[in-house]
Amino acid sequence: MRDWFNRRGWRDLIIATPYAWLIVFFLIPFLIVVVMSLAIMKSASPPFGFHEAFPWIDLGNFARLFQDTLYIRAFVSSLINALIATLLCLLIGYPMALGITRVSKSWRNILLMLVILPFWTSFLLRVYAWIGMMGSNSWFNKLLTSIYNFAVPSEWALKSIPMMNTSFAVVLVMVYSYLPFMILPLYANLEKLDTTLNEAAMDLGSRPWQVFRDITLPLSIPGIIAGGLLVFIPATGELIIPSLVGSSANPMIGRVIADEFNSARDWPMASAVAVALLFLMVLPMVFYNHYEAKAQNAGGKP
Amino acid sequence: MAATDTGAAAAPFVRIEGVTKTFGTFRAVDDVSLDIAKGELFSLLGGSGCGKTTLLRMLAGFEQPTLGRIFIDGQDMTSLPPYERPVNMMFQSYALFPHMSVEQNVGYGLKHEDLTPAQRSARVKEMLELVKLSELAGRKPHQLSGGQRQRVALARALSKQPKLLLLDEPLGALDKKLREHTQFELMNIQDRTGITFIVVTHDQEEAMTLSSRIAVMDRGVIRQVGTPNEIYEFPSNRFVADFIGSINQFEGEVIRTGGGMTDVSCPVLSGTVKAATDATPERGSKVTVAVRPEKITITRKAPSGGVNVVRGTVRDLGYFGKDSLYRVKLESGHLVLVNSVNTRRSDEGGRVAQWEDEVWLSFEPSSAILLTD
Repeated sequence: MRDWFNRRGWRDLIIATPYAWLIVFFLIPFLIVVVMSLAIMKSASPPFGFHEAFPWIDLGNFARLFQDTLYIRAFVSSLINALIATLLCLLIGYPMALGITRVSKSWRNILLMLVILPFWTSFLLRVYAWIGMMGSNSWFNKLLTSIYNFAVPSEWALKSIPMMNTSFAVVLVMVYSYLPFMILPLYANLEKLDTTLNEAAMDLGSRPWQVFRDITLPLSIPGIIAGGLLVFIPATGELIIPSLVGSSANPMIGRVIADEFNSARDWPMASAVAVALLFLMVLPMVFYNHYEAKAQNAGGKP
Repeated sequence: MAATDTGAAAAPFVRIEGVTKTFGTFRAVDDVSLDIAKGELFSLLGGSGCGKTTLLRMLAGFEQPTLGRIFIDGQDMTSLPPYERPVNMMFQSYALFPHMSVEQNVGYGLKHEDLTPAQRSARVKEMLELVKLSELAGRKPHQLSGGQRQRVALARALSKQPKLLLLDEPLGALDKKLREHTQFELMNIQDRTGITFIVVTHDQEEAMTLSSRIAVMDRGVIRQVGTPNEIYEFPSNRFVADFIGSINQFEGEVIRTGGGMTDVSCPVLSGTVKAATDATPERGSKVTVAVRPEKITITRKAPSGGVNVVRGTVRDLGYFGKDSLYRVKLESGHLVLVNSVNTRRSDEGGRVAQWEDEVWLSFEPSSAILLTD
């Protein structure tokens, strides 16, 4: 027995640890949420229960997801905000990541430090700083207002741009918060690319922008997908940013879950929304894994 | 001595004029001038860090010379970017595009040429046939062997029909058997296409077999330019003599010149050496007499009436089958390498000499190379 443990036990234990972690802290809670989403609201503690007759479960919560436009609107606005934020992160993050790979080693470390530097300050504090910046009396708002007034005809002129409590504010703060999650995987991908490939393309007659289009961009797709998922998934379920700077008339899905759970005390409905959100998020992951597997089989590195 | 620059006689196709490249305070290439004729297979030979790759990268346009000019086919290329030069390069790592098939790799450079799709695919087909890879057109680079990748890289570099093809250690990543085969294939392709090749290599054997001419480089400077034969038999300085093959060097002092013969007194040989030379070094000047191991004759009996004869003892013996290498200790204590072909079939007792045998070494005056620097 002791010998057996020494031979196989440690290895199995090490392999089992992350699985045990996932089962205890992800799979079981998730199953509880799934079960809860099939229950009905009851004035008990906890505030839910099941029908007394067969089949006990209730699919009414999932039906409500499609009947009540509140949920559909929340899903749509979450997806649109997250998508815009992801695209903006990509547009801003790609040149930054590429730039970091093109400077000397010592500068690289400094720039990467600067990318993760914001994490050293409390996230909430940084969101509150943005609230201050977007207020109608802030220098930031005044600057944007004067640029806007300069660019448009005088009859459209504004005293200040209404930024707070809009989707613009939500996207702006999300881009700011999630940008490092785009830059880091992109950097890791771009840094591995062999620069002699760029020289070879240039040698064969490609100008720098053609080299980027034909070589760098296609070879960085894994990095783009990884960064995109890292931004898109948390941005879709984001709760704090829309709560603090978004409009309450047009809530995002995270806010809806929180409201159902806390104010309405409708745990089954909150669970149903959460389950739907999870499936919405799992789909792109499945797509990504499929793409990765295909790339491993067909293309990949020499 | 036949050190005439045959490249310069014809109109130079590639002209490198006083090119210097510095990185910070390091002079990677130091005032190099070189003329290369059309259709030549020219090698830049040297150890690592001698500047040969930097020179090649300046020809391709990846580096700008700090000083000097580069002309190709009469046009000043010095400041043209790589994508505007009629030059293609085969990279040491091959640099094949991993996300493209063999066909797409070879056809990549043709996208920028004024060709119809039909002409383009015809050219790709022709290139793949040239390197015998037609049946692998749809493969991705990671599905190919090293030798196949090398051929894809060659086909890609040739696809645009460049005026000049640069090859950076073209055989460096191949195993020995494949190298020999590929070497001849490369010469064959060069012959058929008529494109001027410039090859960078650290492998002297490769340079000797491949090239019509070789430039030996050392620390950013060209030490000698010549045909393989000139470089081997008529090295112009100690560095080249020592770098190419093996050679025995004896320090000495000139005591008499004239009549195409120079007498050098060599203390290590305990006597005077006669060397046949065109040059007439000044009497009393310090020189080095260099003799290749295979130019020395080894005998058990004293050769009758010869010049350049010296006595020694066999210290070491290496038997290679077709030839044997002897290390002979002279009376002065100096060790001399002698290479002798085993012309007669015999057992060990029949060999010219054995360990600790007393032997006589001799060489012709015409085999002695006189080096002054």
